[in-house]
Amino acid sequence: MRARDLRVRRGRIDALDGISFAIDAGVITGLLGPSGSGKSTLIRAIAGVQAGVAGRLEVLGRPAGVASLRHELGYMTQAPCVYEDLTVAENLRYFAALRGAPSAGVLERVGLEGQAHQLVRNLSGGQRARASLAAALVGAPRLLLLDEPTVGLDPLLRRDLWRLFRELTGAGATMLISSHVLDEASHCDDLLLLRDGSLIGQLTPAALVASTGTQDMDEAFVRLIERR
Amino acid sequence: MSPPLVRTLATARRVLAQLRHDPRTVALMLLVPCVLETLLRLIYAHRRAAFDQAGAPLLAIFPLMTVFLVTSIALLRERVSGTLERLLTTPLARLELLGGYALAFGLLATAQAAIVSALTLGPLGLHVRGSSALVVVLAVCVALLGMGLGLLASAFARSEFQVVQFLPATILPQLLLCGLLVARQRMPAALHALSDALPMSYAVDGMHHLTLQSAAGGALWGDIAIVLAFAAGALVLGAATLRRRTE
Repeated sequence: MRARDLRVRRGRIDALDGISFAIDAGVITGLLGPSGSGKSTLIRAIAGVQAGVAGRLEVLGRPAGVASLRHELGYMTQAPCVYEDLTVAENLRYFAALRGAPSAGVLERVGLEGQAHQLVRNLSGGQRARASLAAALVGAPRLLLLDEPTVGLDPLLRRDLWRLFRELTGAGATMLISSHVLDEASHCDDLLLLRDGSLIGQLTPAALVASTGTQDMDEAFVRLIERR
Repeated sequence: MSPPLVRTLATARRVLAQLRHDPRTVALMLLVPCVLETLLRLIYAHRRAAFDQAGAPLLAIFPLMTVFLVTSIALLRERVSGTLERLLTTPLARLELLGGYALAFGLLATAQAAIVSALTLGPLGLHVRGSSALVVVLAVCVALLGMGLGLLASAFARSEFQVVQFLPATILPQLLLCGLLVARQRMPAALHALSDALPMSYAVDGMHHLTLQSAAGGALWGDIAIVLAFAAGALVLGAATLRRRTE
């Protein structure tokens, strides 16, 4: 994935102010930054649903938003979005049919097999988030765009999900995962650090620690900003 | 099966599953028209001709209102909850999405029309010369019109409160002008011309033709064609409002 001078205007402000980066295939890239920094806007631009995009954005070698990409993309929005008035299994069956793929096995991967026949409306917030994640994973897409998939989950579940993400990249998937919890940086192979619509750095977690001289991700982020 | 057909049918099945989880809404959609026709029959207990004249157009008006409401709210929810955005990142095309909704709501309209016309033409004794199968055909065409108008309404609303207000705003004026209260020919020229431009007039004209003629004549098919043309126009305009890229 490659962005060159990517700019997104929302109303009168620049939600992204001309950022450039390149992301490798088959790795987990963490998209980190405080809330309002432009993470969701970037993910939506890559998914091809953001209006007002200027500059160049290439995804899997094609311009973002072209129809053929929709066969290879799994997108999880920040707010859980699956049908509340359907069961978890019915939601998955639908998203599987849209991608022409089987839905078997996906619920086990996110630990929701016990809730398959419950209405999404009756699930807890964390369970809904996992149902929404499952809908993105179905059909094993080559590119996964996950907007804050681990927010609000208990630590054990978060650990399991990061293990799952690692397995998926092992199977060849490319992942872009956003989070405003900077501590999650350590799970990623590469980091894009965003603040106020600007890219303040792209580096590996190890390089972030080495260049800022601290293990504390919050502190590392602060030092990186101060240095600029 | 070809992938577009699979996606269309999967969408229809998903919409029907949502309805199945909401049996109260389905029961209301199927029973309320029956209650209203029964009420009309009781009001006109001693005036059979008046019952024939008002009861028949209502058979075409029920599917318009019902499908308008369910479509406008269902599509509004898709837009507001983010499921539409998600769908538009999958291989599902907008035409397939609308085709799925049309299949599901067409089935619902068929069930509604079959039940209410069985009651109205049977025990309530509404006199219709045309075949009852054609009453159902007309109702399904009108349901597609209701879906197109509902889809458009959902584009101009931000909340469910707003979207239900489009029912009195867009459907009730058509009800006043469609010939149910006063025959369109007897309206002032300006209102007659206005009623000519509104789709419900043709739905009701179609029912009038079914009431008066035993054989399906050219006039009935003409009305059905006009209703379908309005439905297609509304669906195309509505599809244009399902934008892939949003702010």
